[in-house]
Amino acid sequence: MNLNELGSRIILYFGDSGKVFLSESTCYAIILAIILAILGIWLGSNLKPVPKGKQVWVELFVGWIYKFTEENLGKEYAKSFAPYLGSLIVWLFFANSLGLIGLRPITADVSVTAGLAAVSFLLIQVNAIRKLGIKGRIAEMCDPFHFMIIMEVISDLVFPVTLALRLFGNIFGGMIVVDLWLNLMSNLSAAFCPIPILRCITVIPLNLFFDMFEPLIQAYIFTILTAINMQRGMEGISPETVERRRLKKEARRAKREGRQLEQAS
Amino acid sequence: MGLIAIGAGVCMGLAAGGVGIGQGLAANGAMHGMSRQPELMGKILVNMILAMAIMETALVFGLIISIILLGKM
Repeated sequence: MNLNELGSRIILYFGDSGKVFLSESTCYAIILAIILAILGIWLGSNLKPVPKGKQVWVELFVGWIYKFTEENLGKEYAKSFAPYLGSLIVWLFFANSLGLIGLRPITADVSVTAGLAAVSFLLIQVNAIRKLGIKGRIAEMCDPFHFMIIMEVISDLVFPVTLALRLFGNIFGGMIVVDLWLNLMSNLSAAFCPIPILRCITVIPLNLFFDMFEPLIQAYIFTILTAINMQRGMEGISPETVERRRLKKEARRAKREGRQLEQAS
Repeated sequence: MGLIAIGAGVCMGLAAGGVGIGQGLAANGAMHGMSRQPELMGKILVNMILAMAIMETALVFGLIISIILLGKM
């Protein structure tokens, strides 16, 4: 098994050096984004006050996205972030299941998932710093005790890595299993027939799991992990810790004043 | 070269063992909850699938290491 043949092919080269190129995943990603944009504009046109036809499905879906964002992020941020989470889950679902048409799935390329995870990571950190300020953010990481900041920094840095690798690994593994099965069917049907007929129907259960169920689950997991981490980042220091530190400071000041009174008298 | 093959197999085997136990425990809790309150079945099912996919992450990391090792063989 040659590792160099498992990646995506390069389609367009820019310039002479051979270092600037567009791979197959990037081309498919751009085409998918354009198709989904046109679909979205078409579905959102000619809206009537009493919905009928395709508007019923669209309203159902958009309502579900807004409810999902509201229960994970809180009411005041639901309107700002629901479009991002909605497009993320729709694009990811279609990007993971390109194996149904016979193309290589877009997210089976670690560059694509790394880009998405970097965007999510930037979103979480920038929103946390914008809401709490840098001092508030550092204070949040030292929540019960001051040494917890090491654990929080490590867990925040590891988050985009696991996000990218989880999506990549699941879709890439599925693609490999389907590829192996199709090769097996080709080899088997080469024994009795010039055209590989065994590839047709026997692959349907595998396609059902790896190209319809698994993409939906992984898209949902990516989105809900981004939303939950965003909410945890904007939460701030918990009120019990503020109370405990205030009480400790008061106790220390009372003791110091008591000692000063003792020394004065 | 034999050691690389053994490494690839053991990596995937241990990962699958751990994930199997973990996901079995999650399913156990979910089944208990669903049998106690059948009207909450939808919510419990969704949360169970979510938890299982998080456990699957470790398995997927092991799969990537195994594939890299197979490529080096």
